[in-house]
Amino acid sequence: MHIVDRRLNPRGKSLENRQRFLRRMKGAVQQAVKRSLQNRNIRDVLDGGEISLPIDGMAEPSLRRGDGGTADHILPGNRAFVEGDIIPRPPGGRGGKPKDAGEGDGEDGFRFVLTREEFLDVFLDDLELPDLAKRRLAETEEETPVRAGYSVSGSPSNIAVGRTTRLAMMRRVALHRPRREEIEALQRQIEECEDDESRLALEAKLKSLTEKSRRIPYIDPLDVRYRRFENEPKPVAKAVMFCLMDVSGSMSEHMKDLAKRFYLLLYLFLSKRYKKVEIVFIRHTDKAEEVDEETFFYGPATGGTLVSSALAAMRRIIAARFDPAEWNIYGAQASDGDNAHSDGNLSGQLLREILPLCQYFAYIEVGEEGGDSSISRSPLWMLYDGIRSELLPLSMRKVCRRGEIFPVFHELFQKRDAQSRVTP
Amino acid sequence: MTMTMRPRERLLFEGADWDFSTLQRIHDACEEIALGELGLDVYPNQIEVITSEQMLDAYSSTGMPLFYRHWSFGKHFAHHEAFYRRGMRDLAYEIVINSSPCISYLMEENTATMQTLVTAHAAFGHNHFFKNNYLFKLWTDAEGILDYLDFAKGYITRCEERYGETAVERTLDAAHALMSHGVHRYAGKTTIDLRQEEKRQQERRAHEEQMFNDLWRTVPVGRAKKASDGGLEKRRAALGLPQDNILYFLEKTAPRLQPWQREILRIVRHVAQYFHPQRQTRVMNEGTATFVHYQIMNRLHERGQISDGNFLEFLKSHSNVVFQPSYDDRRFSGFNPYALGFAMMQDIERIVTKPTEEDRAWFPDISGRGDAMAVLRDIWANYRDESFISQFLSPNLIRQLRLFHLYDDPEQTEGVLVSAIHNERGYLRIRRQLSREYDIGWTDPSIDIVDVDLAGDRRLLLQHIMMNGSYLQEADTRLVLQHLADLWGYDVLLQEIDDSSTVAREHSASPRKIVQ
Repeated sequence: MHIVDRRLNPRGKSLENRQRFLRRMKGAVQQAVKRSLQNRNIRDVLDGGEISLPIDGMAEPSLRRGDGGTADHILPGNRAFVEGDIIPRPPGGRGGKPKDAGEGDGEDGFRFVLTREEFLDVFLDDLELPDLAKRRLAETEEETPVRAGYSVSGSPSNIAVGRTTRLAMMRRVALHRPRREEIEALQRQIEECEDDESRLALEAKLKSLTEKSRRIPYIDPLDVRYRRFENEPKPVAKAVMFCLMDVSGSMSEHMKDLAKRFYLLLYLFLSKRYKKVEIVFIRHTDKAEEVDEETFFYGPATGGTLVSSALAAMRRIIAARFDPAEWNIYGAQASDGDNAHSDGNLSGQLLREILPLCQYFAYIEVGEEGGDSSISRSPLWMLYDGIRSELLPLSMRKVCRRGEIFPVFHELFQKRDAQSRVTP
Repeated sequence: MTMTMRPRERLLFEGADWDFSTLQRIHDACEEIALGELGLDVYPNQIEVITSEQMLDAYSSTGMPLFYRHWSFGKHFAHHEAFYRRGMRDLAYEIVINSSPCISYLMEENTATMQTLVTAHAAFGHNHFFKNNYLFKLWTDAEGILDYLDFAKGYITRCEERYGETAVERTLDAAHALMSHGVHRYAGKTTIDLRQEEKRQQERRAHEEQMFNDLWRTVPVGRAKKASDGGLEKRRAALGLPQDNILYFLEKTAPRLQPWQREILRIVRHVAQYFHPQRQTRVMNEGTATFVHYQIMNRLHERGQISDGNFLEFLKSHSNVVFQPSYDDRRFSGFNPYALGFAMMQDIERIVTKPTEEDRAWFPDISGRGDAMAVLRDIWANYRDESFISQFLSPNLIRQLRLFHLYDDPEQTEGVLVSAIHNERGYLRIRRQLSREYDIGWTDPSIDIVDVDLAGDRRLLLQHIMMNGSYLQEADTRLVLQHLADLWGYDVLLQEIDDSSTVAREHSASPRKIVQ
C-alpha cells in the first residue's frame, strides 16, 4: 500500500477550465456583473463576489426522456395507501413523481463566484478600458535607489573596482609587499652570481621576499568594497478625493446611476494608483452634508439645489482636515446642472477659492438617457465654463448614456503635464 | 471479544487526530479483516491525502485525477464550489478510482474515524467490487485507464495547438452531448486494452491520412433512379445499421470529419464506456462498499482497535449515509443507493444465515447456505443493479421499506393509481418495476441510426422507439441534434416512433457549418 500526500500538489488545477468557462460565458458574465453592480457598495466591487448567470447559455444537452406517456414509480414509506387507491395529483406536477437526483440544482440560475481580479477585468472590459498606463495620475509613493557610499558586503555586480584597487594598493604599500621588479632583479642577481656564499644569501632573501608576497596578497578580501544603494522614499503625499453629488429632486434614477458609475470608476482608479486614498462623500440638496458611502448612494433625499452648500462644505473640510501642503486634493462633482439662480455668484466665488487648492477638479453633468451630451446650457455649466477660461484646473463633461461614462472618465483623467493640466 | 489485557494499547488511534503512520496502521488493520476474514480480492491500494479544494477539483472532472480541459468542468467546479461555500452541501468523504493500483482520496479534514471508514469503504469495498464485478471486467481496463487519460489529455492539448481551441471545443461539446449514446451495450469479442489504443491511434492516423473514404466513392452520381429494397439492406449492412452507438458511427463514417476529430470522438467514447458499468451498478457498488465498511468497522471495534467513542462517531456517519427518507419527507429525492444497497446486502446475509419460511420459498438457492460472505462475493461478481434487484429484493425488505408502486397515466384525470403495495399480491410487481428503474436499457431512450440517404442529400435518419408513449425532452433534443448535424455534415432527421409503429414526432437539424 502506498500513501501519497497530494496536498502540496499545485493548486488550482481547475483554474484553466474555469477561465475557459468564463471566456465562453463572457457576454452573460458581463450582463451579470452589470446587474450586480446596481446593488452593491463601491468597495464591495473590489472584493469580487457572487454573480448569477442564466443557465441556458451553458447547457450541456443530452437525449433524455421527456414529457408525455405513462409513468411508473416505486416509492418508499407507504403508510396509508392500499392497492387501487387513486391519489390526486399535486398541482403543477405529476403525482408523487420524485425529482431526479441532481436535477433540482441551479435550474433557474447558476451562481458563480468571481474573484476580485476577474470582476474588475470584466467590469473594466465592459467599459472598454484602454491602456491605463498612459494616463495615470502622478504616483505618490515611490522609492528610488540612491548611491549611499560603499559597504564591505554586497552583490558581485556592485563591486566598486576603483575603490577596491585603491584600498589594495594602500595596503600593499603600507605592509611593504615586495614589488615584482624587486623579485625579478633578485632572480637575475642569483643567476649572475658566481660566489656560492653570496648566492645562498641572495636565495634566502628571495625566499623571504616570495613568502612575504604570498602572505600579503595583491588583492585581499578585506580590500573589496561594494557600491551601496539606499532606497530613498520620494516625498509621500497623501491623497483625498472629494465626491460631491447633487441629490436634489431633479436628479432622476438614471442620472444617479450615471453618477454612481462615475464614482465607482474613480474609486477603483484611485485605489489602484494610491496606497491610500481618503474619500469624502458630500451630498447636497439645498444644504450639504458629509455622509458615509451607504448614504451617499442609497440614502433618499430630496429638496432644492444650492451648489454653494457643497462647495462650502468642501472648503470647510479642507481647512479642518486636509492641509493642501500635505495632501493631494481632488474633487469630482456630479450634478444635473441645476442650481438656484441666486446661488450662482456664491458658487463661483467658492469654486475660485477651492480650485487653487486642488490638484484637479472634475465636473460631470449627467443628463437624461437620449439627451444631447455635446452641449449644455444649464446654469451650473455656464458658470463653470466661465471659471474654466480663467485657467484653473477644472475639467467638465456632459454624460447622458452609460456607455459614455468610461470615455469621459478616460478623458478627464488623462495623464497631463504640469503645464497643460488645465484643460482649455 | 476484546483481548484480555490492556485493550487501549491495541487502539489504532485515539481521538480525532491522525498522521501518516496512523493511516498506515488503519489500512493494515482493515486489510487484515478484508482479506483474511471477508475473503475480499482487491487491486493494490494507493491512498492519496488531498485538500477540500482538490476534492472539488476531482469532483468536477468526473472524479478522475487527470482529464483533458473543457469549460464544462470549470462550470461544474464553480457550481459545486458555490454550494460548498454556502454550506448547502457537504463534500463527499471519498472518491475512489477504478484503476490499478486503486486510488482512494482521503480528505485532510476527516477525523481518524472517518479515515478508517473511508479506507474500509473505498480501498476495500469499492476496490473489491471494481476488480470482481463482471461488467467492470468486461468493459474497463483498470491497468490502462490512467495512462489512457494521460494520452487523451496530451492529444487534446496538441489538437488545440494545431487546430485552435475553438474548433476542439466545438468538437468536444458535440461529442459530450452524444456521450450517453456513445457506448457499446453488448460485449464484442475484443477485450478493452487502453494501452494499445494509444499506439493504434498513431497507426490509424497514418492510415487514414492516405485512405480514400470508400463509402463516398460509391455514392451513385446521377443514376439514382431507384433504390431497391435490396439496395437498402445492402447499404444498411455496409454501414453497420441499425447502430445505437452514435459516436461510434460518426467516428467511422461521418464524411466530413477530420482525422483528429474522429480521434476526439473516440476518446469521449472510451471515457463514456469506462463509466458505463458505474451507471449500471450504483446500488450494488455502494451497497457492497457500505456493507464492507460496516463489517470492518464492527470487527475493529470488537477487536478493541477502535474506542467506543470513535465507534459511536462512526455509527453516526454511517446512519447518515444509509438514511432513506420516505416519499413524503422533504428530504426525499429518490432512492438512496447506499441505503437500498446496504439494506439488500444485510437482508441477503440474513437470508443466508437465518432464513424464515418465506425466504426459503423465495430464495431456495441461497437461504440457509450459512456462508454469507461466499454468497455475497458471488453476487457482487455476477450481477448488475437491474438483475440484482430483480433476483434479490425480498418481501421482507419490501415490507421494511414499505414500498409501493404508482402508475401515472395522464389520461386518468382523477389522479395517480396506487397499483401495488407491500403485500402478497404486490411483491413481484414492485420488485419487477423497481429493477426496471435501474435498467438503463429501459431508462435511457432507445435511439438508433437506421439509414443514410446516400442517393439523395446524405441525410442521416435516426429513430427513437418510444416507450410508455413518452417523447424525448424537446429543447435538449433540438440542441443535441444540432451537434449531431454539425458532426455529420449534412441534414439529420430524428423520428419518434410510437407503439403503433407510426411516426409521432419528428425533429430535424441542418449543419451550421463544417466543424473544423
